[in-house]
Amino acid sequence: MSGPDQSSRDGKNSSDFEARLERARAGRGLDPLSRPAEGPVGSWGTGMRAGLELVSALLVGGAIGWGLDAWLGTKPILLGVFLLLGVCAGLLNVVRLTLGREKRR
Amino acid sequence: MAAESSEGAFHVMDQFVLTPVVGALGFANSNFWMLLAGALITGFMVLGMRPRAMVPGRLQGAAEAAYQFVYDMIDEQVGHEGRKYFPFVFTLFMFVLFGNLLGMVPYGFTFTSHIMVTLTLAAIVFVLTTAIAIAIHGKHFLSYFAPEGVSPVLLVLVVPIEIISYLSRLISLSVRLFANMLAGHVMLKVFATFIVLLGGAGALSVLAPLPLALNIALVGFEFLVAFLQAYVFAILTCIYLHDAIHLH
Repeated sequence: MSGPDQSSRDGKNSSDFEARLERARAGRGLDPLSRPAEGPVGSWGTGMRAGLELVSALLVGGAIGWGLDAWLGTKPILLGVFLLLGVCAGLLNVVRLTLGREKRR
Repeated sequence: MAAESSEGAFHVMDQFVLTPVVGALGFANSNFWMLLAGALITGFMVLGMRPRAMVPGRLQGAAEAAYQFVYDMIDEQVGHEGRKYFPFVFTLFMFVLFGNLLGMVPYGFTFTSHIMVTLTLAAIVFVLTTAIAIAIHGKHFLSYFAPEGVSPVLLVLVVPIEIISYLSRLISLSVRLFANMLAGHVMLKVFATFIVLLGGAGALSVLAPLPLALNIALVGFEFLVAFLQAYVFAILTCIYLHDAIHLH
């Protein structure tokens, strides 16, 4: 949020111009690589990515909970808490993945 | 790399076994193929760019295309500030790409199908992007884990979730590449096994061309996956670099 990034530096008119230019270039086949921002998106690929994001956050949450449990001697409690937090983090990852970068900011 | 064990049974995982090349140094076949990938990339770029022709030949065209591809990716994903990280992303992209492609060479070895290799690559990306974020933003980096406008009560919940989400990049980045390469090569070997088993099954051997046809299609698909996963690895690195620079 802080610091000028590219979209805020351009005015509204210029972004409108960019959009029209992009359409015109795409129409003439000058931009063969007009790909989405988050990499190649097939429905299968997105599904795999979503599943992976979910599972990896769960793994990290479980690992942190397990480690803290072993360290603090609170055997099952923190593992459960951090597994739940891991599920939340995984869902957050999936939401960010599907919303894309522009809406996320 | 042996297709079958001494008993004649097929072992689809044998292709991933590490065998010592120079045992005393702990130098395995995986390391050999990594060095080969490094040498091939260097040769590709150095020999490719040697002519310095205005109108590039084939090899120079390929080298320039690879350069331009990564350059455009960084420009698009990170912005102009990302250009100074070009050597890092380019090295990473080429190493993963050549690792994946060398796995498609017969008798080759796919070092990107080992979780320790991909985890190391992901850890380099993770540590470097975090270090860049801290170097640029200092203490402000911590605000990444505490989004604005969240009430202090919820911060107790949000901060651990954001930290877990941030750490999970390490897992998802490494597992994606590793799992794709492992699954692809296992699948190739499984269907290759079907060809041999059906071929020796008497009357059923008329069915043997079916897995053969499937395997031919799968080889093509694996080449696609080799490029795609190198691309995905590089583009995710770019996205993480973007986050590190802008703290979105």
